[in-house]
Amino acid sequence: MTRAFLALIVRDVALAVRVGGGGGMAVFFFLVVVAIVPLGIGPNLNLLGQIAPGLLWVALLLSSLLTLDRLFQADYEDGTLDILTMSSVPLELTVCAKIVAHWLTTGLPLVIAAPLLGLLLNLGVAQFPSLMLAMLIGTPALSFLGAIGAALTVSVRRGGLLASLLVLPFYIPVLIFGVAAAGGAAAIPGAGHQGLLLLGAVTLVSLVVGPVASAAALRANLKT
Amino acid sequence: MPDINTLRLTAHTLACIRGGRIVFENLSFTVAGGQALVVTGPNGAGKSSLLRQIAGLVDIAGGGFTLNGGAAEAALAEQAHYIGHLDALKSAMSVGDTARFWSDFLGGTRAGIDAAFEIFDLHALADLPVAYLSAGQRRRLALSRLLIAPRALWLLDEPSVALDAASLARLVAAMEHHLVGGGILIAATHHDLGLSRTSSLDLSHARVPA
Repeated sequence: MTRAFLALIVRDVALAVRVGGGGGMAVFFFLVVVAIVPLGIGPNLNLLGQIAPGLLWVALLLSSLLTLDRLFQADYEDGTLDILTMSSVPLELTVCAKIVAHWLTTGLPLVIAAPLLGLLLNLGVAQFPSLMLAMLIGTPALSFLGAIGAALTVSVRRGGLLASLLVLPFYIPVLIFGVAAAGGAAAIPGAGHQGLLLLGAVTLVSLVVGPVASAAALRANLKT
Repeated sequence: MPDINTLRLTAHTLACIRGGRIVFENLSFTVAGGQALVVTGPNGAGKSSLLRQIAGLVDIAGGGFTLNGGAAEAALAEQAHYIGHLDALKSAMSVGDTARFWSDFLGGTRAGIDAAFEIFDLHALADLPVAYLSAGQRRRLALSRLLIAPRALWLLDEPSVALDAASLARLVAAMEHHLVGGGILIAATHHDLGLSRTSSLDLSHARVPA
């Protein structure tokens, strides 16, 4: 079962790297959003530095939404999902492997890119560690919660927007606690530690709920 | 591979409803190990739906399946290979990578891949990306899954589509070998595959007028 789990992660990561449109696309979208904001609000370095953590989190959320629709859809369309369900590996675990691969190819590159883009926004270097730590803890929740939306809309052609609408409300706690933990302007001073703990709690809940709910949604979609 | 004398798949008073329409109902049949069941019937008679029901991919509206002599703790779908209209292949993966992934995921062995490639004549294509395969070659790769991980029950939906005469002969030989080993084979097809020990199930009689 471990062999099957790892094989699926390796396959999905290899496909995302080869086909493109996965991690690369998310990172470039992230870059585009962050790069145009200073053009929009003017070269006020103090203002940019203040809003940088919140802005990076918003851009991160949007970038990860962008890659959600292909999480299960490619496998659904070419029949691979049928075969994946006919296995001794529970579908919940299969889904979990796919989500982990999704995080490795989109969440992790975004976390690594975040400090570089923080420089563009005049984010203080002292804030880099707390921002990266918050993103490292928060991004798995984006993949695990996003999977539910992706699974619900797997049979909808171009269901990416619908998945985004379904998932966005569940991303809000990640955003609020993420910004708090990263010490943004919206955060209450001194609330960083609590923010980080609550962010961890959101991620832990999503680790449990995400695979179970996604697997149930996929089963319902496959059988109709 | 299970014992030829004990393996037996029974369908009792099976019903299938797709899109609010009854496709078939009150369908009962038995297939024993070593036997092939060829499902025939006009388009829309429910051949594919029946195979997908066995594979657990379509809801069973009534009745059910019993598998005797299989692995006790495994669900029916876990003991079955389903080859449908979709090839379940990724253009960006090579033929060899595809086979190794299925082997790892379905619990096969490296020797199983070699044997499967030998039988479906895929060794020469092993390094080629799936994107460059012809329809028949894609079909052969999809069919190789049958041999990569041994499973007692083969569910084949129009397996001969896009295959040339030589490939079809290879497929029939693989099917015969599966039957001799005590496996069950259920195929939906419009063509006579020329298998020995075949019984047939005509779904046109099970059809309920709309």
